[in-house]
Amino acid sequence: MITAIKRVVKAGFVNFARGGIVSWAAVLVVTITLSTITAIILLQAVLHFSLNQIKDKVDVTIYFTVGAPENKIISLKESLERLPEVEKISYVSATEALRMFRERHKSDYPTIQALDEIKENPLGAYLNVKAKEVSQYESIANFMKSDNVLVQGASSIVDKVNYHQNKAVINRLNNIINGAQKLGFLVTLILVVTSVIITFNTIRLTIFISKEEIGVMRLVGASKMRVRGPSMIEGAIYGTVSTIVTLLIFLPLTYYLSKNMTSFLGLNIYEYYISHLLQISVVILLSGVLLGVISSFIAIRKYLNK
Amino acid sequence: MIYFNNVSKVYNKDSVALDDVTLTIPAGEFVSIVGHSGAGKTTLVKMILADDIPTEGTVFFESTNVFKLNNKELTKLRRRIGVVFQDFKLLLNKTAYENIAFAMEAVGKTNEEIESDVPHVLELVDLGHKKDHFPGEMSGGEQQRLAIARAIINQPELIIADEPTGNLDAINTYEIVQILKKINDLGTTVVLTTHNRNIIDMVGKRVITMEKGKVIRDDKDGKYSI
Repeated sequence: MITAIKRVVKAGFVNFARGGIVSWAAVLVVTITLSTITAIILLQAVLHFSLNQIKDKVDVTIYFTVGAPENKIISLKESLERLPEVEKISYVSATEALRMFRERHKSDYPTIQALDEIKENPLGAYLNVKAKEVSQYESIANFMKSDNVLVQGASSIVDKVNYHQNKAVINRLNNIINGAQKLGFLVTLILVVTSVIITFNTIRLTIFISKEEIGVMRLVGASKMRVRGPSMIEGAIYGTVSTIVTLLIFLPLTYYLSKNMTSFLGLNIYEYYISHLLQISVVILLSGVLLGVISSFIAIRKYLNK
Repeated sequence: MIYFNNVSKVYNKDSVALDDVTLTIPAGEFVSIVGHSGAGKTTLVKMILADDIPTEGTVFFESTNVFKLNNKELTKLRRRIGVVFQDFKLLLNKTAYENIAFAMEAVGKTNEEIESDVPHVLELVDLGHKKDHFPGEMSGGEQQRLAIARAIINQPELIIADEPTGNLDAINTYEIVQILKKINDLGTTVVLTTHNRNIIDMVGKRVITMEKGKVIRDDKDGKYSI
């Protein structure tokens, strides 16, 4: 059994080496497929990064009335934190709000002067709420509107919730994000399916070239696995060599992109590529090897059943 | 050893490859099947290998109906038969040595057996000096000798030689026939198809003559008669 496996593996390597231009043509096509997959992984990363940045800019702020008791605000904060939709809440007290206001307007002398004249703090405390998903702001806002059992009288201390002002923008953003993700998925699917079909056909061609040989091997009394095995090993070699070629191609490519496009993309793609090299390698190696092996397995079946 | 029982192969009513053939080939015999192109010789020998399926009738190899075998059993049967074709059917991307080694690997021989037997059989067909050559680098006669070496390497019970000299000149033809006779002398059954009169006269053994898919003559110590 071990001898048989060794022979099959050796024959696979010998066939690949002797295949010459046909082998390299197959490697080229698989490389194109794997490059497509890698490009898609990187594009998704850029898309994901940009969407997250946009999402990060969206939040809902709950402004409290001036002089609202802090313990009520804190208990409201705690009950909000228990909501599954909420990712993060930051509390800014009235004093802190005033300090930040002064900081922000320190060069705006008339404003500071006016503030000094009032003497007391005209600003209320506020809670800054970030949801896990953009679509979840609505339910958080609704939660705030209802005078729920958790925080009796909460609505009386809430001055306003800015969700309703931002509602249209948030909704549009939500639609754009959903659309971009759907489009990304669709484009990925089309590209991957197309390249898989092209690769499959190329490997079918390489096997078509040796269909005579397959018949001869069967006539000599070789088992199906003895005929099929080397082709599958060859398919795996196509995948492995193509993975190495693809990974090497993307090194200078992402480096070039990072030099020239980082400010546009918002993400240093070279750093992303290097830090995710292991994951990307595993994904494309698996794709390449599986594609090669399965294509060979299916393509050769036609000539075996004779 | 081989028994054809009312075997017919009809492609359509104008194209009948075999027409009700019944014949027996005992073990150890050297049988030549002769006839013009299209007489049904190749179809007949393909039936022994179950490489073609008859429209009617059965073919027995010893007591086995070859058309009742599943894929695995058929592989086993083919390992007991060595085949030589007019177009050699060598593995073109393997060297002479590897072509023969492949046939031995197919039947599960060990590396030691392969290393000791292959050079020996290559010497037997006078190809020792060409062991690392690919078929494309060899002459027609050499390729056919390689095909014979491959056919006999696993000591089959039967050798089928389908027009083995069809592409060869007189000298190479003579050599091939002598090798086949030698193989038969060592006890292996040989079935040879040809339309070459000289070969039949050279062999001087049983001759089955076919015409339009029918067996029209079956002579012991026959001569070519059409």
